[in-house]
Amino acid sequence: MPKLTIDGKEVEVPPGATVLQACEAAGVEVPRFCYHERLSIAGNCRMCLVEMEKAPKPIASCAMPAGDGMVIKTDTPTVRKARRGVMEFLLINHPLDCPICDQGGECDLQDQAMAYGFDRGRYEENKRAVKDKNLGPLVKTFMNRCIHCTRCIRFATEVAGVEELGATGRGEHMEVGTYVEKALSSELSGNIVDLCPVGALTSKPYAFVSRPWELAKTESIDVLDAVGAAIRVDARGGEVLRVLPRLNDAVNDEWLADKSRYAYDGLKRQRLDRPYVRRDGRLQPASWPEAFEVVAKRLLGTTPERIGVIAGDQVDAEAVLALRDLMRGLGVQSLDCRQDGAKIGGPRVSYLFNTTIAGIDQADVCLIIGSDPRWEAPLLNARLRKRYLARNFTVGLIGPERDLTYRHQHLGNDPSVLLAIADGHHPFADLLKAAKAPMLILGMGALRRPDGAALLGAARRIAEATNMVRDGWNGFNVLNTAAGRVGALDLGFLPGQGGRDTAGILAGAGDGSLDVVWLQDADEIDASRLGNAFVIYQGHHGDRAANRADVILPGAAYTEKDATYVNLEGRVQRTKQAVFPPGEAREDWKILRALSQVMGRPLPFDSLAQLRTALAAANPVFGAVGVVQPAPWASFGTLDPVDLMPFGRAIENYYQTCAISRASVTMAKCTDLHIHGREIDDTMERTGSYG
Amino acid sequence: MLKDSDRIFTNLYGYHDWRLAGAQARGDWDGTAAILAKGREWIIDEMKASGLRGRGGAGFSTGMKWSFMPKQSDRPHYLVVNADEGEPGTCKDRDIMRHDPHKLVEGCLIASFAIGARACYIYIRGEFYNEASNLQGAIDEAYAVGLIGKNACGSGWDFDLYLHRGAGAYICGEETALIESLEGRKGQPRLKPPFPAQAGLYGCPTTVNNVETIAVAPTILRRGAGWFAGLGRDKNTGTKIFCISGHVNNPCNVEEEMGIPLKDLIEKHAGGVRGGWDNLLAVIPGGSSVPVLPREICDTVLMDFDSLRAVRSGLGTAGIIVMDKSTDIVKAIARLSKFYKHESCGQCTPCREGTGWMWRVMERLVVGKAEIEEIDMLEDVTRQVEGHTICALGDAAAWPVQGLIRHFRPELERRIHAYKGRGGTSLPMAAE
Amino acid sequence: MSAPFVLTSDNEALAQRIIAKYPHGRQASAVIPLLDIVQRQNGGWLSREAMDFVAQRLDMPAIRVYEVASFYTMFNLKPIGRHFVQVCTTTPCWLRGSDAIVHACEKRLGIGLGDTTADGAFTLVEVECLGACVNAPMVQVGDDYYEDLTPETMTQILDDLAAGRQPRVGPQSGRKTSEPLPGLTTLTDAAVQTGGTD
Repeated sequence: MPKLTIDGKEVEVPPGATVLQACEAAGVEVPRFCYHERLSIAGNCRMCLVEMEKAPKPIASCAMPAGDGMVIKTDTPTVRKARRGVMEFLLINHPLDCPICDQGGECDLQDQAMAYGFDRGRYEENKRAVKDKNLGPLVKTFMNRCIHCTRCIRFATEVAGVEELGATGRGEHMEVGTYVEKALSSELSGNIVDLCPVGALTSKPYAFVSRPWELAKTESIDVLDAVGAAIRVDARGGEVLRVLPRLNDAVNDEWLADKSRYAYDGLKRQRLDRPYVRRDGRLQPASWPEAFEVVAKRLLGTTPERIGVIAGDQVDAEAVLALRDLMRGLGVQSLDCRQDGAKIGGPRVSYLFNTTIAGIDQADVCLIIGSDPRWEAPLLNARLRKRYLARNFTVGLIGPERDLTYRHQHLGNDPSVLLAIADGHHPFADLLKAAKAPMLILGMGALRRPDGAALLGAARRIAEATNMVRDGWNGFNVLNTAAGRVGALDLGFLPGQGGRDTAGILAGAGDGSLDVVWLQDADEIDASRLGNAFVIYQGHHGDRAANRADVILPGAAYTEKDATYVNLEGRVQRTKQAVFPPGEAREDWKILRALSQVMGRPLPFDSLAQLRTALAAANPVFGAVGVVQPAPWASFGTLDPVDLMPFGRAIENYYQTCAISRASVTMAKCTDLHIHGREIDDTMERTGSYG
Repeated sequence: MLKDSDRIFTNLYGYHDWRLAGAQARGDWDGTAAILAKGREWIIDEMKASGLRGRGGAGFSTGMKWSFMPKQSDRPHYLVVNADEGEPGTCKDRDIMRHDPHKLVEGCLIASFAIGARACYIYIRGEFYNEASNLQGAIDEAYAVGLIGKNACGSGWDFDLYLHRGAGAYICGEETALIESLEGRKGQPRLKPPFPAQAGLYGCPTTVNNVETIAVAPTILRRGAGWFAGLGRDKNTGTKIFCISGHVNNPCNVEEEMGIPLKDLIEKHAGGVRGGWDNLLAVIPGGSSVPVLPREICDTVLMDFDSLRAVRSGLGTAGIIVMDKSTDIVKAIARLSKFYKHESCGQCTPCREGTGWMWRVMERLVVGKAEIEEIDMLEDVTRQVEGHTICALGDAAAWPVQGLIRHFRPELERRIHAYKGRGGTSLPMAAE
Repeated sequence: MSAPFVLTSDNEALAQRIIAKYPHGRQASAVIPLLDIVQRQNGGWLSREAMDFVAQRLDMPAIRVYEVASFYTMFNLKPIGRHFVQVCTTTPCWLRGSDAIVHACEKRLGIGLGDTTADGAFTLVEVECLGACVNAPMVQVGDDYYEDLTPETMTQILDDLAAGRQPRVGPQSGRKTSEPLPGLTTLTDAAVQTGGTD
């Protein structure tokens, strides 16, 4: 361990650390623009120069390996002069448009100028003018402001795995961009806005919307996929104005996927802001008591065998428990949280991503079955890529061929390969057996099939045959795509004795053997198949299912409630209310609690605290927030024959997978561009008056 | 004056056959296998003893550089020859490659052997199309008769030599930018450490040497370190090709002894300063990157690394740019500032932003459209660039301006006053 | 987008020989030589299709090829005339009268720096030091250097090129390469082995 002296203070740092990291360890702050701990070292901004004893000139601390006995000085006239010089150089061609710059208030250049800037400029020449680039609907560019730190280029190349950004030209004419005007073909592109230390790359949907100091910042959890990324919801006056990632090394590092970041405009469109009741064939506004009365009458007047309940993909655990207990109290057995018909729901270990996201770092061989992690969980895919970049990581894919952003063997696209590996008749089985930390990822592209249970069984056989589950390592993983799914499974929101599953509920509603169907935020089913059933829809968006409803109970979206979600790893996490639900909409568990009162069967909790106690009582995993409790290995899946038809995709369009993202104009633009290949006419946006 | 018999480049001007037959008649490829048979250690020790310092500008001991390469390594080693000659005022490697290419080819074999490299790339600037053609011809000839390739010269050493053409970027003369370019990227210098001897081409141990450095090595080893060390001055030994351009009567290249007085060099070989020595204004003695010297220093200064360093300039590439009294010295240096602005790779802040700033102020100073204080401000800007960049281009851009301010401040002030005196209008200036 | 770029069979063979110079998996090293080949085949400039071809041929992301093509001055991203006249104006050439050479070119061709003649015969540009400083002033036309120029010899060269005649390459002053014009000051000792005449 090298020992250094930083400004007279001795520090010891791990081998491989840089001088800059040693300075941080010594509590000395070193200014920087290009350096970023999750990107390769560029050393180009020269802001982090420090003095090193015996060196003839200042050194870039970000790039200099810490060596034993080094004597570093960070606060000398030479260092200060060097940094002031760099600062001045960065500013000579930087526009003085801070008053209208969206980065204002959270700009590294602004902040450093406080410490190292002059109060007047010495540069009398003309400033450089650089043409702005069209990077698509998410990232807005003001290239005059670019300081050429290359963070965005390194992110695209290294983390996102799409080598499309570069710096063309040279010298003072060097320009960052794609050269051919095009949007980044990455689901992680919005992160370059966060990485940009200045206002060169800003959020296009957020352009000129607000100043950071006007925003109320709420730490929360994303629910647009099952990863459960840590986010910060920035709101002003009851409106969510942007969503940013928070640091969580265990889940999302400090990245956020584009849908999670940019679908927020969908939170204010198509909203259900008051109860509705269908009268004379038309949905008509109603008061809460009116709606409750209609619902209570229906539920109480229907035998429980003729009631079906489906919970959707973003239902929080509190709502799931309240709904489950209300329905079970009525004797309803037809409950299901699997809108997609996925054949999961057995022991906990059979539906979790047991390796954990951070655990991917330890794996050395990975078999992906019927999954496209790039679209189903972009941040988890980024973790796989990170592991790939660290070398000696073999990935095999069974499913539709796909650019996953890392090299992999495409083993085939039908279950015969899976069976061959399970039976040990495939070379990849030998790879898995020989691996130190083998893992497999089973996706919804497999589990949603009618033979999903048999495929799950085959995957279990692979795990067992290749010793994937051993002391301190569980390489068996299911990649869930719905944020509410694991929590609902943990609460047993599944058909009871003689109950129907989703397909059964739809069939029953269609053929008249069910009279009432309760849809809790369930928009991914085919609502046209509900026949003549009386449909109660509780949810936040007038999306696919609400139109078919006979009663609408307006609920809260994830930014509008304090709610519990269990991510795909089994990690219990909580959203925080950032804004109020619109109009008369309410938090879901409160609606259910109020309904239960009207029905004369009050649920036994009057507060969130009481409800959460009930959650922990229902399943102890809810007692520990933020952590993953390892699930014990068990037997699951079937040995039934499998169908040899090829695997399909779990997601057809990354940008529109739920009611929120379908309501988002931004996501519609991304769909046009990335899914339909339509170029966006950007002329309106250039004026800043678009939308 | 250096005797012709002590000259290494006996076909400097191309009067004779550059091909293998001619080269062998001039002594090239004579006993190469025997030199290799003496082993790596002997070669490196002999090179150290010769006192040869790199001819590309930095003047680092060649034998020492070779000794930095790992002795044992599981990775390939590479020799990369820097033939990206582009320092304004310099055109010596061009003559070596078009007129004496076999000296370079033979040197590549010997140097590669000494550093444990089985492959060598010569990176030649793309504009030297015809020079590359001759050099490739020499390489092909050497392969054809077994001087290089498998069992080169019958030495048992397998050696491959490849010519790689660049495409127009001065910065590729910087060794790590050259390596980047050779790997197929923009020529942007790398951060050091690691140095090429640890991680160079393709991440493997690599030595980068200038053409002239490599080309003189076979002769040194044939004639002995003592012979070379006996020429020139202490720590500044041997011979050197000087390029004399600008306001002399007979601009030329010439191989002379290190330490020759600048005045002798100009008068004996270049026909003297146009209009006589007294008409001399200034000389840039080592390529555009080194500070300019005024007449009084030129009277006596010797042309070697240490003598020129002592007068706060440098030998650099030994490209001597002579300027007589008709020269608009400010414009001459401003044009160099434009050159560095044009050639800055753009990677690091001080150079990317500073070179343009310096050039723009210099252009104003040419006509005097500036305030007196701006001279000091310009000097300060050069200090903000110098020593703060990833590579030496920042220094190279700063030094000519510093040299100008150091020696010609009165001229700068005169122009500013004159401009103000004219009421702020710039008069057209003569080109020369 | 227009038709994809395809190499002629000769150039394909040349490209293969070049790629073979570099270790397996390091084919990106050939990007500059391949861009040079496609530029020559494409009439002296790099179209988007030509660059994309190189990217595909070398299994490189296209942006990395665009970076290279836009970094090096010998790559032209716009069409140029048949004769590409590049006048060096860096200090050593400027001291020897490159302004007059530029002027002679502009006058003879009727265009300014950076322009192409209406008939597409000539493109005139200013370039930085071409490394022939003791033969200043000089220009490069295509692959060849023309040195020790005067406005008169420069004009003559352009006349020859316009008429389809190949001018004499190298110094126009009558001297041999970089020797002193009036005669040798070194290498006059007949005893020194010189290997026959060229």
